Amino acid sequence: MNWGSWILSGFIATLALSALLVASQGLRLTRMNVPYMLGTIITPERERARLYGFFAHLLNGWVFSFFYVYIFQARHMVNWWFGLLLGLAHAFVLLTVGMALLPSIHPRMASERKGPTARRQLEPPGFMALNYGYRTPVSIFFAHAAFGAILGSLYHLH
Amino acid sequence: MVITEPAHSPLDSRSYPDIGDYAVIGDCRTAALVSKYGCIDWLCWPRFDSPSIFAGLLDRERGGYWRISPADSCSIEREYLNGSNVVETRFRTPTGTVALTDLMPVRDGTKSVMVADHEIVRQIACTTGQVEIEIELVPRANYGEKLPPIRDFGKLGIRIENGHGVYWLRSSLPMEIKDSGVWGKATLGAGETLVFSFTYTENAPAVLPALEQIPERIDTCIKWWQGWTAQGQYEGDFRDEVMRSALALKLMIFAPSGAIIAAPTTSLPERIGGGLNWDYRFCWLRDASLTIRALIELGFWVEATTFLDWLLHATRLTQPELRIIYTLYGNRPPKERESDVLRGYRGSRPVRIGNAARDQVQLDVYGEVVDAAAQFAFHGGDLDREMQKVLVGFGDYVVKHWDAPDQGIWEPRTEPRNHTHSRLLCWTALDRLIGLNEKGKLSGIPVEKYKKHAEAIRTQIQQRAWNEKLQSYVSELDGEKVDSSLLLLSWYGFEKPDGPRMRATYRKIRERLSTPEGLLYRSEDLPSEGTFAICSFWEAEYLALGGGTTQQTRDLIKTLTKHRNDLGLYGEEIDAKTGQALGNFPQAFTHVGYIGAALSLMQRETGEQQLAHRPESATPQPSHPKQEA
Repeated sequence: MNWGSWILSGFIATLALSALLVASQGLRLTRMNVPYMLGTIITPERERARLYGFFAHLLNGWVFSFFYVYIFQARHMVNWWFGLLLGLAHAFVLLTVGMALLPSIHPRMASERKGPTARRQLEPPGFMALNYGYRTPVSIFFAHAAFGAILGSLYHLH
Repeated sequence: MVITEPAHSPLDSRSYPDIGDYAVIGDCRTAALVSKYGCIDWLCWPRFDSPSIFAGLLDRERGGYWRISPADSCSIEREYLNGSNVVETRFRTPTGTVALTDLMPVRDGTKSVMVADHEIVRQIACTTGQVEIEIELVPRANYGEKLPPIRDFGKLGIRIENGHGVYWLRSSLPMEIKDSGVWGKATLGAGETLVFSFTYTENAPAVLPALEQIPERIDTCIKWWQGWTAQGQYEGDFRDEVMRSALALKLMIFAPSGAIIAAPTTSLPERIGGGLNWDYRFCWLRDASLTIRALIELGFWVEATTFLDWLLHATRLTQPELRIIYTLYGNRPPKERESDVLRGYRGSRPVRIGNAARDQVQLDVYGEVVDAAAQFAFHGGDLDREMQKVLVGFGDYVVKHWDAPDQGIWEPRTEPRNHTHSRLLCWTALDRLIGLNEKGKLSGIPVEKYKKHAEAIRTQIQQRAWNEKLQSYVSELDGEKVDSSLLLLSWYGFEKPDGPRMRATYRKIRERLSTPEGLLYRSEDLPSEGTFAICSFWEAEYLALGGGTTQQTRDLIKTLTKHRNDLGLYGEEIDAKTGQALGNFPQAFTHVGYIGAALSLMQRETGEQQLAHRPESATPQPSHPKQEA
């Protein structure tokens, strides 16, 4: 494991992922706001949630990049297209399993079965996060593909 | 205020309420109009100038609306609750009584709970007997142009998709989707309540409010408004009316930037069936000075300061040149277009979106903005170095351009002319800058140059805007017609209100522009329309400043008070024959006029200084009210 390379490439790839997700919101492709969703796990207050969520997302990206790097090392193969494929797989798992589990994990997210309560009021993502706009899966696939591709390009095998 | 309407059948979908039949609710980001029949007929989200989702005001069939009302005939009473902008409408039917509460919760920085980005809360409670209630929500996005898809998400609520944004309707009553709308019906017994939450989000996952919290949130919202109103310092005889005007004005302030819009609607007609229909959901710099004065002297310093900041900073892209109107964030308003879909209030076409006045030149705006800053400074506010630099830039611009023709205060879509009001405000700009400099509030101005040009403007107005034959100031240099803006010659300190020229001008305005009921038209030039409400308040203030007696002022204010609607709201104009409100509704400027007239009357009666911004030479010696009597 090339720790120095992981830290640097993981950081850059995560920044790129965050920027792409924010851009897809700005371009009105999706209402999915990952920092806000992560931040509301900690606080209900909107502005703080966005700030906390941004740092949580950064940390999250770094952690996930570790698994990418682990696979690169295990396969003794690293390049942009292999990273891109991993990113697409990551996005697929996130949109299917991750989004389905999120209302159970998130303390402020409403469940489709029970409806909103005094504590749980955040709109759940639904299948493939389509509740946040029908172009959401596209932006998630694109951002994660870019994340993987950047990681694959920048990481150097040990 | 409570009034009782005669029993009637609920409106059918084709008839239009009077403009004065509307209440306004808002959250200082946007506003909605609710008719006394329980129908929200106007709503633009997320901002005042966003496209509408309900525009039944401008087309009953195509615009979209949200009605909650009894199925039976009923009599109606309504009021704003306890000094708030929460409106309660009570429907009395042959079988029982229900109370409908409408509000837009204000974001108050509460950190312990999640809050929806934008929300309308409605609650209907049966107080006596048994009443059958009907609910219809018919969304029509983008000024009636689009039927947004509606889907039932069970316990989460009903979702209405609109491009990148999403509306959620949550209700304690199961609702049915039918014919591109949402429908419900219920019979409420005494003590039973239905609650509704309608939200809009476009930047993040929506917050879906818990319905059981709505009664508590209504109380919180009322308390927020009461807390705001408690800052008001007016103690004169018209306190209730003045505070209602202040509450209406607060609803027109866009909290994120501090901008103040003229009105939250577009294309409510100045002449029923005619084409005088304009989009007022923008910020006119022309209204700055009178608005700042009203806010400061009522004690609303936060609003006054943020508005002044907006005036001086949001206009930066065009400085030192100023446009006459800006959007909420200081951009150029969109190009004016006419709706192909909406057929207009009672057939008053066209419905306009955007405002072509954005391309006009009005030289009076420099005086308005500089005078607003002077009001702020003379009341104790500090102008920082950056503000001072901006003000000097305006002064230099006025020096170069004051002699040019422009479109003038009434924005006729004609060739530019030499308007007296524009000259007056150019003089005001230079005079205030000199005054600020003399009082040590402003440095770095070329005093002698400003004095020379101020004197040149004064001479021009006195020689060419005074018509000797008519014995009156006139609207245009070398002209022969008068208009109501000439009443402001005293307000800005150009003429003493009790001076012979001003008195003669006032008589001429009354002779040519007043109605038998004592209301004023704004100009002789304009096509037939209603009387212009702000002009009557200028008249009242002219009388209060020394042009008349306190009794005359009081009588006029009382007359004008009768022309408010039952909730204390004014439109832009008043129909001289029917007394009905005309034009966009409610109108910030008219409410500013009411506040100004009441303040000047109170100040005269108590011997306080009136209008701190005027030069001392223009201020008459205050006389004691008893001496006048």
